[in-house]
Amino acid sequence: MNIVVCISSVPDTTSKINFTENGSNFDSSGVQFVINPYDEFGLTKAMMLKEVSGGGKVTIITVGDATVEPVMRKALAIGADEAIRINMTATDSYSTATEISNYLKSNPADLIITGKESIDYNGGAVGGMIAEMMKLPFINACIGLEVNGSKTKLIREIEGGKENILANLPFVIGGQKGLVQESELRIPNMRGIMQARSKPLNIIEPTANESMTESLNFKKPAEKGSCKLVDSNDVAKLVSLLQNEAKVI
Amino acid sequence: MGVLVYTESWNGSFRKSTFEAVSYANETAKLLGTEVTAISLGKVNDSELSKLGNYGASKVVSIEAVKKGDSQGCTNAIADLANDASAIIFSNTYTAKMIAPRLSAKLKIGAINNVVEIASNISPFTVKRKAFSTKAIETTKVNSKKVILSISPNSFRLIETGGSCIIESVESTEKGDVTIEGQETLSGKISISEAEIVVSAGRGLKGPENWGMIEELAEILGGATACSKPVSDIGWRPHSEHVGQTGKAVTANLYIAIGISGAIQHLAGVNSSKIMVAINTDPEAPFFKAADYGIIGDAFEVVPKMIEEIKKIT
Ligand SMILES: Cc1cc2nc3c(=O)[nH]c(=O)nc-3n(C[C@H](O)[C@H](O)[C@H](O)COP(=O)(O)OP(=O)(O)OC[C@H]3O[C@@H](n4cnc5c(N)ncnc54)[C@H](O)[C@@H]3O)c2cc1C
Ligand SMILES: Nc1ncnc2c1ncn2[C@@H]1O[C@H](COP(=O)(O)O)[C@@H](O)[C@H]1O
Repeated sequence: MNIVVCISSVPDTTSKINFTENGSNFDSSGVQFVINPYDEFGLTKAMMLKEVSGGGKVTIITVGDATVEPVMRKALAIGADEAIRINMTATDSYSTATEISNYLKSNPADLIITGKESIDYNGGAVGGMIAEMMKLPFINACIGLEVNGSKTKLIREIEGGKENILANLPFVIGGQKGLVQESELRIPNMRGIMQARSKPLNIIEPTANESMTESLNFKKPAEKGSCKLVDSNDVAKLVSLLQNEAKVI
Repeated sequence: MGVLVYTESWNGSFRKSTFEAVSYANETAKLLGTEVTAISLGKVNDSELSKLGNYGASKVVSIEAVKKGDSQGCTNAIADLANDASAIIFSNTYTAKMIAPRLSAKLKIGAINNVVEIASNISPFTVKRKAFSTKAIETTKVNSKKVILSISPNSFRLIETGGSCIIESVESTEKGDVTIEGQETLSGKISISEAEIVVSAGRGLKGPENWGMIEELAEILGGATACSKPVSDIGWRPHSEHVGQTGKAVTANLYIAIGISGAIQHLAGVNSSKIMVAINTDPEAPFFKAADYGIIGDAFEVVPKMIEEIKKIT
C-alpha cells in the first residue's frame, strides 16, 4: 500500500506565541518546531499499516520553505520512507491543499492521511479540501481505521459518540488520537535518525500558489485580571460569587 | 444573493449551536440586506424545522435522504443550493468540519473557521477568528466574493426574532462513495464543545474511582465532564473527554478545573471560556494565574461541599 501522510510543521506546544510588532506576522524567533501532534498519530498509523501489509511505502509531504526540513527529517527518522517538500511558504489551507492534490494527481496514493487540524493555524481544512479536489471520500476526526484488502472500516468521532463507516480505498482521513493510542506513538531512535539522513527528501516547485484567505493581523487575547481566591472553608462564598457576580450558574 | 445556513440535527432535534449559527446568519443577512435560507439534512419533522424561523430563517430547505457521515453527498447537496448565496454559515460540528472545507474547494469560496464575531467588513468579508489554539485572535479576509464561515460555539449569542419560515422538502440523489454502518452514542451526554458549563478534573484526583463527585457536580450544573490529557492517556477517562491544545476545545461560560495544574497545553484549549475556576492544593499551580476564581484546597473536601451548596440554590 502506498500511503501519503501530510505533515504540518508547527510551534512546539510549550511555545509562547508572539507576533511581529504590528501583529502582521507570527514571530518564529526562539520557537522550536515539531510535527503537528495530530499528524504524529497519522504517521504512526501509516507505519503500522505498512508493517502489517508487509510492503508498500510511506511518503510524507509538507508544503513549506526550507525551514520545515528539520521536522521532515524527524518524520523520516520515525520511519517514513521518503519525503516531498513543496517549496512555498504555506499561507492558507486552500493553496496548501491545491499543491498537495496536484502532486497526488500525478503520484497516486492508496491512502492520504492528514491531521484533523494544525495546532497553529487551526484551519481544519486541508484534508477536506484535498478530498474534494481529488473527488475522494473524506472521513474526519478518524479514530479507527482497519484496512482489509481495498475494503476499509473506519470510525469517526461525532458529538457524544462515534459513527462506523465503510469505504473503498483510496480516500482521505483527518486523524487524531484514537487512530493509534498515545502509547503507540513512535520516538525516533539513533538508528532511525542515522537512516533519515540518507532517505530522499525531494523538493518540488509549487504549481498554482492561489490563496482564498489572507491573514490581516494577529492579537493576543486580553490578559485576565487576577484570580479571586476564596478560603477553602468558605465554599458557599465561591458558589455565591459564581451565581451573583459572574452570573454563570 | 442570500445567506445560507447549514442546520445540523441530532436524532431529529436541533441544538443551541444550530440556533447560534442561524442567529449569526441572520445578522450577516442584515449587513447584506438579504434573507436567510436554512438547509437541514436528514429526517427532521416540521415542528422542529419551524423553530429555525424564530432565529431568522425565512425559508428552510429539508433534504431527508442525505447522510451526515457522507461528506461528498452532503457537500454536493448543499452546493446545489449555494449558487445564489453570498455567505454560507456553519456551526463547528464534526460533520460541518467535513463539509465546509469540501464546499470551499468545490465552489472556490474562501472558508474561515473558529469565527468569534460578526464580519467587520463584507467586501471583502473580514472576520475575527481564534488561532494558535486560542493563544491568538486573528483578523482574516477572503479573496473571493463569497464566504464560508464556521462559528465557534458559545461565541455568538442567540437572537430570537419571533419570525416564521416556510418549509420546502427537496429530493436529492447525491451520494458519495461511503456506506454508513451506524452510530453508537451515549444518550444524555452533553457535548464538551457546546456545553455552557464544563467540570474538568486532572491527575490530582488520584484514580478513576474518584470521578463520581465530578460527574455529580457536572450533573447538578447541567454541564459536561472533561479531563486533562494524562488522565485520558492512562485510561482513567475516555479519550473523548480530553481537553486542551491537543484535545477538544472548550468555550464554556464556566470551566471548573479540579486537580489540574494548568500546563500551557491544557490552558491553550480551555482559556477562551468566559469564567474559569481552579481548585488545587498547590498555591503555586499555574492554573491560578489563568483562573478568575480559585480555592487553594483539597478537591476531596471542596468538591462535595460545592455540590452541597449548589444543591441549595438549584
Ligand atoms: C505535545 C503535548 C501536548 C499536550 N496536550 C495537552 C492537552 O491537550 N491537554 C492537557 O491537559 N495536557 C496536554 N499536555 C500535557 C500537559 O503538559 C500536562 O502534563 C498536563 O496537562 C498535566 O495534567 P494534570 O494537570 O492533570 O496533572 P499534573 O500536572 O500532575 O497536575 C495535577 C495537579 O493536581 C493537584 N492536586 C493534587 N492532589 C490534589 C487534591 N487532592 N486536590 C486538588 N488538587 C490536587 C496538584 O497540585 C497538581 O497541580 C500535552 C503535553 C505535550 C507534550
Ligand atoms: N503546510 C502543510 N503541509 C502539509 N500538510 C499540511 C500543511 N498544513 C496542513 N497540513 C495538513 O492538513 C492538516 C490540517 O491542517 P489545517 O487545515 O491547517 O488545520 C494537518 O494536520 C496536516 O496533516
